[in-house]
Formats: sequence, structure tokens, C-alpha cells
Amino acid sequence: MIRRAITDLVLVGPAALAIVIFIFLPAIVVILLAFTDYQFGSSTANWIGVDNFTSLFGSKIGRKALTNTLIYAGIVIPASVGLGLLVAIGLHHLTTSLPKASNILRAIYFLPVSATLVAMAVSWQMLLHPSLGLINNWLSILGIAPQQWLSNRDLVLYTLAVIGIWQSVGYNMVLFLAGLAAIPKTLYDAAEVDGVTGGWSRFWVVTWPMLGPITMFVIIVTAANAFRVFESVAAMTKGGPAFASDTIVYAIYREGFVYFKAGYASAITVIFFIALLLLTALQIALVERKVHYR
Amino acid sequence: MKTSLSLNNVTKRFGDVEAVKNISISLHEGEFVALLGASGCGKSTSLRLLAGLEKPSEGQIFLGDKDVTGKSPAERNIALMFQSYALYPHLTVFQNIAIPLRMRQLSAIQRLPGYGLLSSSIRQKHNEISDRVKQMAEMLRLSTLLDRKPGQLSGGQQQRVALARALVRKPSAFLLDEPLSNLDTQLRSETRDEIRSIHKRTNYPFLLVTHDQSDAFSMADNVAVMIDGEIAQFASPKDIFCKPATISVARFIGQHRMNILPAGAAVSLHPAGGQLSLGVRPEELIISTAGTLEATIESLIFHGEETIVNLVGPKQQKLRVVVHSSNELPNTGENVKLSADLNALHAFDADGYRKELTS
Repeated sequence: MIRRAITDLVLVGPAALAIVIFIFLPAIVVILLAFTDYQFGSSTANWIGVDNFTSLFGSKIGRKALTNTLIYAGIVIPASVGLGLLVAIGLHHLTTSLPKASNILRAIYFLPVSATLVAMAVSWQMLLHPSLGLINNWLSILGIAPQQWLSNRDLVLYTLAVIGIWQSVGYNMVLFLAGLAAIPKTLYDAAEVDGVTGGWSRFWVVTWPMLGPITMFVIIVTAANAFRVFESVAAMTKGGPAFASDTIVYAIYREGFVYFKAGYASAITVIFFIALLLLTALQIALVERKVHYR
Repeated sequence: MKTSLSLNNVTKRFGDVEAVKNISISLHEGEFVALLGASGCGKSTSLRLLAGLEKPSEGQIFLGDKDVTGKSPAERNIALMFQSYALYPHLTVFQNIAIPLRMRQLSAIQRLPGYGLLSSSIRQKHNEISDRVKQMAEMLRLSTLLDRKPGQLSGGQQQRVALARALVRKPSAFLLDEPLSNLDTQLRSETRDEIRSIHKRTNYPFLLVTHDQSDAFSMADNVAVMIDGEIAQFASPKDIFCKPATISVARFIGQHRMNILPAGAAVSLHPAGGQLSLGVRPEELIISTAGTLEATIESLIFHGEETIVNLVGPKQQKLRVVVHSSNELPNTGENVKLSADLNALHAFDADGYRKELTS
């Protein structure tokens, strides 16, 4: 018995120790720091209670970062999941009629997922350039006035959202394609015999419910990525102009690593952590009960 | 009898492959037909053609006296039970059975939840559907399972749900695709009885597709034997077993493969064996001293109730005999003589067609 126990400990121990040292301890430290005014490099810190949290929710800049992130996620999640599904259904049908074209299109849609966003940001900046960019050029051909895509306060967040959608549609498409391929053909035959005629009712009776588990997974992954938006902000706007594109993770980075306000950055991190935890809990509650049809 | 569903000279090609070659088959009201064949012989394609899931390359399909060649399965009002049952996993047993009725009787908007609250005629329809579903569930002993999802049911229960879903809407014909192949031995015989009694009660034309001859023989009034995309014989089970029309049907039917002695070598069993090939089922070839066919025993395989004896006959012809008693078994290497009753002999001409023997 004791030998068994020792063996088990030796097997489990190192990984468990690493998790404790590199994940749990830092997490606890971050939670503690969130209640102090600690600054990087200083040797002392004062306990200031919930002041960091009140200034996050109380200050205009803090609230702006929160609402910006919510708006961004509110656009990116439905658009990216919906477009991913549409593209996947289109390409799935194309595999039978034009297999080559379908494969090429798949690769094209997946390209943004595998590309480094920081490098892609350069291309986006050129495309979106107010006077030289292709997008304004095309718009002027259609008779639409050129826009300052990245420096207009009212526009910048939506520009970033479009880039976020562009980046994640390919990934969602691949997941939906796998889900579509896994739907048994006989189910469509059965539906046809049962009088489910036309693409629309076929979608609602067979495709959509059968994609349930995949859809849930896609939504969770897309949501987690949307709430963590950072690269495009850091590379293209730095949260500007005037905090119009400031997001939570970019604020954590700015407060913690530019202004060295470790306490304040920790408070933002804690709020962010709680939000993602709720999201995961929601996933477990919904995915396990509603979509696996057991 | 009124013809209710028929294929007329139907051919189906997939690319260059002819899956079904110019077949004609008709299904009458109240008739139970089995389509029997080895896997890949085109029987499932024939079923899909009848159902409307495939469109024929040539030929016509009739429902009664209407040409339904280009019509969808729903327009033909055909019920089909799939081998895998194909139940909707996200719907309860009740909803699964109700789907065909809801799709036919309600429009897309009327199917939306809560619509029944707005219109009393829709509420009426909902109640009718619900009554019919409960009636079907009663008949197939599913009443206590109506709120379960298919994933929570056993194989036999899932199959009864599939039967209920197929029969709930009074179909023009009922097609069954290998309905027994996913069941264990005991459930198999129960389900056979169940399907037969449903057929008796409803009197719909039934078409069973199977590779299992005992399923086909025990359930159907008439059996169509399908070989290589063609119907080789269409007759009652007894006629198919006792009077196989061609040499390939003779080889396909029977628990043990029929012994076929080619013309010439067959003369030792019957004088007609000079020009005709002769077939004898292993159960009907008898080891006896009065026999006229000489053979050497190669091996004996003991199976319990029966013993299979492998022999080598004239011209190195492989033969097989099934012996049912285990007391007087010969030994390996022994030379024995074989005989067969005249009634047990099946004669075939050079083209493989049956010839009747006269003594």
C-alpha cells in the first residue's frame, strides 16, 4: 500500500508542484496585489482595500475599457459564429460539386487564423490608410466619402471588430465543417421521408440540432478570444484615439507594464478572471445538459 | 390485388457502375415482399429508388397508377425504417413519432412553439397529432417512454420508436431496410413476430430488404432474390428454396452452400447428369452403401447438432455433407458412397437455368 502511494505521489508530484508554483501561487499573489497600491520596483506596498476596484468602475477610462470590450465581444461573437457557420455550410455543399474549389477556399478562409496578427496588422494599416489605403479608394469609386478607420473615435472600435471577425471566421468554419461531416446521412434521408422538405426546415430539424455541441464549443472559444482582444489594439491603435479602442487586456498591459501600477493592473486582472470563470461555468452547465442529448 | 407500388424496367447507374439493371418489381396491397440479396447486390439502391431517395437513370416508378418517378419521398407518402433507425437524437420519443404528422399537417409558422395559443384550429390539430402519437405508442408499448430521448433507450426500444414513426401517418407502403440486423438473437425473433403482426393488422404493403434468408423466408409472402443488380427469381419462399430458378439462386439460398456437380461428373448421381449440372443440398446428400457417387472424406467438423463432412468426389470435385446424428460418423480418409433422392436433385442447363428432371 505504502509503496503504491509513494509511486502515485512520484508520478503526480512534479506536475502538481509546477501547477502550484507557476499558476496557483501567482494567482493568489495577483488577488492580494489587487487590494494594494503596489508599484513594480518599489519595496513596500499599502493595503488600500477595494480602492483599485472603485477606481476601475468609477473612472471614465476604466469604464470605457469595460464597455469597449463588451461592445467588441457583442459584435465579434455572433458575427464570427454566424459567418463561420454560413461559410462552413457553403463549403460543405461545395465538396460534392466542386471539391477542388472547396479545398482552395478552405485554405483561404483559414489563412488569417494561422497568420500572425501583429504582422497582418501592417497590411491592415495599409489597407485602412485614410489617403493611400485601398479600402477608401474602393469606397470613393462607389461614391462613399473616405473614412478615418483607425483614428475616428466613433469608428475605430468597429474597425477592430471587423478585423477580429476576419481573424476568427476561418477557425470557426473548420470546427463547423468537422461537425457537418459528422452528421449521419441517414438522418437527412429520414427527414426527407418524414416530409421535411426544403433546405430551411432541413436545417432546423436536422443540421442545427446536430451541430449543438459544436456550436456551443465554437461560441465559448470565440467568446474567450473576443474578451481577450489585445494584439490588434496594441499593434494598430494603442487603445486610442482618446481611449476609444481601449480594452480590458490592453488596459492591464498599459497599467501594469507601461505605468508599472501593479496593484491596479492586478485588480483589472481579477475582474477579468471572474468574468472568464463565469463563462466557463456557463459552458459546463449548458454543454453538458442541453446539447449532448443524453 | 391492387398494385400499390412498382418499379418498371428501372436502371440506376452511379458513374459507370450499374447498381440496378433493368429491374421490375411490384408490391400489392396487403402483400409482404422481401428483397433478398448479398451485400452490394443493389437491394438497398432498389429500396431507395422505391422510396424516392434516389432518382432512376432509366425506367419509371408507379404508385397505384400514377407515375411518381420524379416525386419526393414525402409526395409518395412512403414510410421507411432505416437500419440505423435514424431517430432524431435531440427530440423525445413523442416528438420523434410526431415529426411526420407535424411536417404534413402544419406549416413552418404553425410549428413554432406557442402558436397553438393563438388559434383554436391549430390547437385542435395539435391535439389530433398528440392522440395519434399516443395511439401508436400504445400499440408498440412505448407509452411509458414518451418523454425519453433516443439515447436513453435500448436497441429494441429504439427500433419500436422507428416503427412507430414510420407507421404513424398511414403510409402508402412501408419499406424496411435490414430491420433486424442490429438486434441480438432473442430480440430478433420477437421483432419478426412484431413486424408480421403489424403487417396483419395494418395491411399496408410491406417491403423488407435483407441479406438474411431466414428473415426473408419467415416474414414475407413472396421473396425477390437479387443477384448482381438483377432479380434472379421472384416466388414464394418455398418455391425459392425447393425450386431455385437458376444456378446462382441455388448457390445463394440455403444455410449450407449447395453442392453442384458439373455436367459429366454428375452422371454418377442421375443419368441426366451427362448434359446437365446437378445440385444437391448438403443436408440431402446421404452417406450410404447403396450410393452411386464415390468420394473420400477429407475432414469432419463437429458443430453440436450437426457435423459437416468435407469430401472429394470424382474429378477432384469438393463436396459437403451435413450429418445430423453423431453416433455413426465415418473417419477421415475413408472412402464412402453417396446417394440423393430424386426429389432432392436440382438440374441446371449450360446457361444456368433450371430443368425439371423426369425419372
